[in-house]
Amino acid sequence: MKKLLLGDFAVARGAWEAGVQVASAYPGTPSTEITEELARYDDVYSEWSPNEKVALEVGIGASIRGARAIVSMKHVGLNVACDPLFTASYTGVNGGLVIAVADDPSVFSSQNEQDTRLTAVSAQVPVLEPSDSAEARDFTKYAFDLSERYDTPVILRLTTRVAHSQSLVELGERQPAVLKTYERDIKKYVMMPANARVKHTVVEERMARLAADADGMEINRIEEGSRDLGIICSGGVYQYVKEALPEASVLKLGMVWPLPMGLIRKFAAGVKRCIVAEELAPHIETQVRAAGIAVEGKSVFPRCGEFTARLIRECVLGAAPAQAPADVPARPPVLCAGCPHRGIFYVLTKLKLNVLGDIGCYTLGAVPPLGSMDAVVCMGASIGMAIGFDKADPEAHKHSVAVIGDSTFIHSGITGLVDAVYNKARVTVIILDNRTTGMTGHQNHPATGKTIKNEPTYELDLAEMCRAAGVRSVRTVDPYDLAAAEAAVKAALAEEEVSVVIAKRPCVLLAKKLYTGFRVNDKCKKCKACLKLGCPAIVNGKNGIEIDVSLCTECGLCKGVCKFGAIEGEVK
Amino acid sequence: MAAKENLDILIVGVGGQGTLLASRVLGRYALERGYDVKLSEVHGMAQRGGSVMTYVRMGSRVASPVIDEGGADLILAFEKLEALRYRHYLKEGGHILYSTQEIMPMPVVTGAAAYPQGIEKELPGTGVDALALALEAGNAKAANSVMLGALCKKLGADRAAFEAALLACIPQKTVEMNKKAFDLGYAAV
Ligand SMILES: Cc1ncc(C[n+]2csc(CCOP(=O)(O)OP(=O)(O)O)c2C)c(N)n1
Ligand code: SF4
Ligand code: SF4
Repeated sequence: MKKLLLGDFAVARGAWEAGVQVASAYPGTPSTEITEELARYDDVYSEWSPNEKVALEVGIGASIRGARAIVSMKHVGLNVACDPLFTASYTGVNGGLVIAVADDPSVFSSQNEQDTRLTAVSAQVPVLEPSDSAEARDFTKYAFDLSERYDTPVILRLTTRVAHSQSLVELGERQPAVLKTYERDIKKYVMMPANARVKHTVVEERMARLAADADGMEINRIEEGSRDLGIICSGGVYQYVKEALPEASVLKLGMVWPLPMGLIRKFAAGVKRCIVAEELAPHIETQVRAAGIAVEGKSVFPRCGEFTARLIRECVLGAAPAQAPADVPARPPVLCAGCPHRGIFYVLTKLKLNVLGDIGCYTLGAVPPLGSMDAVVCMGASIGMAIGFDKADPEAHKHSVAVIGDSTFIHSGITGLVDAVYNKARVTVIILDNRTTGMTGHQNHPATGKTIKNEPTYELDLAEMCRAAGVRSVRTVDPYDLAAAEAAVKAALAEEEVSVVIAKRPCVLLAKKLYTGFRVNDKCKKCKACLKLGCPAIVNGKNGIEIDVSLCTECGLCKGVCKFGAIEGEVK
Repeated sequence: MAAKENLDILIVGVGGQGTLLASRVLGRYALERGYDVKLSEVHGMAQRGGSVMTYVRMGSRVASPVIDEGGADLILAFEKLEALRYRHYLKEGGHILYSTQEIMPMPVVTGAAAYPQGIEKELPGTGVDALALALEAGNAKAANSVMLGALCKKLGADRAAFEAALLACIPQKTVEMNKKAFDLGYAAV
């Protein structure tokens, strides 16, 4: 049966068909749907781990014990999981271990545009790259076989366009899930120096064997066309090349590390002009040139941003550029109407504080008119950066705060808080506890008390967690109560030690309620004080200030900031 | 649609408007007609009121899931300003089917920019008061079904098959309302 499937769903399907038993992940666009889909299968154990490092360690454990396991994350998640990755490359596997990593060329929803292939080169693990959903399924299955055949973790690299596009997939049956026997093998799995030294040579041999075998792998293939032009490509770029240059000869690489150098040499020799078309880093190009094969690459194509068929045509054939877009106002994403984060950011803006930020919906607190954000780097960084502010500037703690979401705090904020207490930093940490992982589409996490399958489990108490780290001052406030939120932040700033403010209120999208909406009456003086909230439901229209009742979720913030009683409605 | 080899439709709107339903319906319709089909959408920020776009490509064989600038046969726009923002994706002679609804982006709300006037004159295509028709059908949320009705007519697609694809993609309890909305949209163009 053929089905229209999202690339991520096709990876999940492929893993299921391959008899996968354990799936672990931390959410991250555009990889999240792989594990969301796997959670729908009853015969696969799945979990949201607190972060990618733990997720990979769960996968490594399952693999050593003999099960097939898949671990999924976005590109920056692999940074967090690098420590286990680099040594899992040495231990190798028992049950197949596949790591699905989604890159984000053009940075649709990430903090950078890094290229996973380069990490894989350092870690010495093979990388497969599917070009559509059908291949996403096929390559996932192939990856499990490769993993077991060559005793290595395998990275399945996706990009946003492959992960988040839908195309047709032929569905297959699930092969029986087998739990392989496990026997203690200290030389293989215990990576202390004497064993690791030996294992490093094993890894080098494995990669050499993979490289030699790559020439004959069916996932690397030549599609013969014109001898004037040959394009080497992989993944989603292959589809753009087929559309843009239907005449060209194409070498389609299914495995992008290690590379089938014999095949590449033969291909390059058979065409007059040979170009590597790859998004982001010149990974293939650099390797191919190092092997002494003349190719073009980044002299033709850009290093930044995703490609399109049009871009390929323009770069190779010099076709006319597209018509310019109309000059219209931008429409950036904003915190939802009624978002619980808004109250805190309103207070931070009002108090003109320095805000060491973090990653999540609340990063949108950087967007005007709120605009309260000084730095955002990576998940969990807010607390460390606040410590740095305090240690660098003796006055900083009086006017700066760290702001971090609940999921992000658990992901990698806890160690920062432990450092703050241990090293006597005078930081104020605001945990935005909206009871979910909002940014990536509302996944459960350890403090929601629900598993990935929505089953009840132990609910981590964030306030107790902070106290256990040694924080004596922990305040919990409702961010809809602006006066209480402001008072709590001021009190925390006044303290000469670590203080935590937990702003607790569920994400408004979790409620799924029907609202009638607030109204503006004729007492409105057009002072525009309510517009400072940056609520998308409040419109400064032709008839003055209006509330779009189709968007308003009756949070009451605007009523709270209006001095003239011009906003009517009941907070329920 | 039957007469054409390949059909590329760009769907644009504001996050939260339900543009993903339209692409799901088109995907289903294409699949049932036996076309190759690819859809592409960018998730993530979509829910939070940002500008969103989805590509729908169908035909005998589709390679790239992405429609290039200057490549769309039709743009289905759920908001007027968004129709203008992506106008340059339209092929020469292509058509923009747009809802006349206006949603103010944040820079307009804060006064940093103005909502452009006279957008209709800049759009080669047809405007539909989808919001009013949706309210007539029962709820503002049915606006995407209104637009799908209008789209079905514009494409000259098989009405029964198109409607069936829509009904398969929505919750059972909203079938009546969406059917009515679809009919109103169909009659509006
Ligand atoms: C290392 C890493 N993993 C995953 C992500 C993707 N990501 C961005 S924000 C976020 C979670 C945000 O959740 P939370 O902190 O609860 O804030 P909310 O969005 O709910 O406001 C995730 C998983 C990332 N950017 N970096
Ligand atoms: S999804 Fe929830 S947390 Fe994210 S912006 Fe919307 S209301 Fe706020
Ligand atoms: S009550 Fe006011 S601030 Fe809250 S969602 Fe409605 S319009 Fe926005």
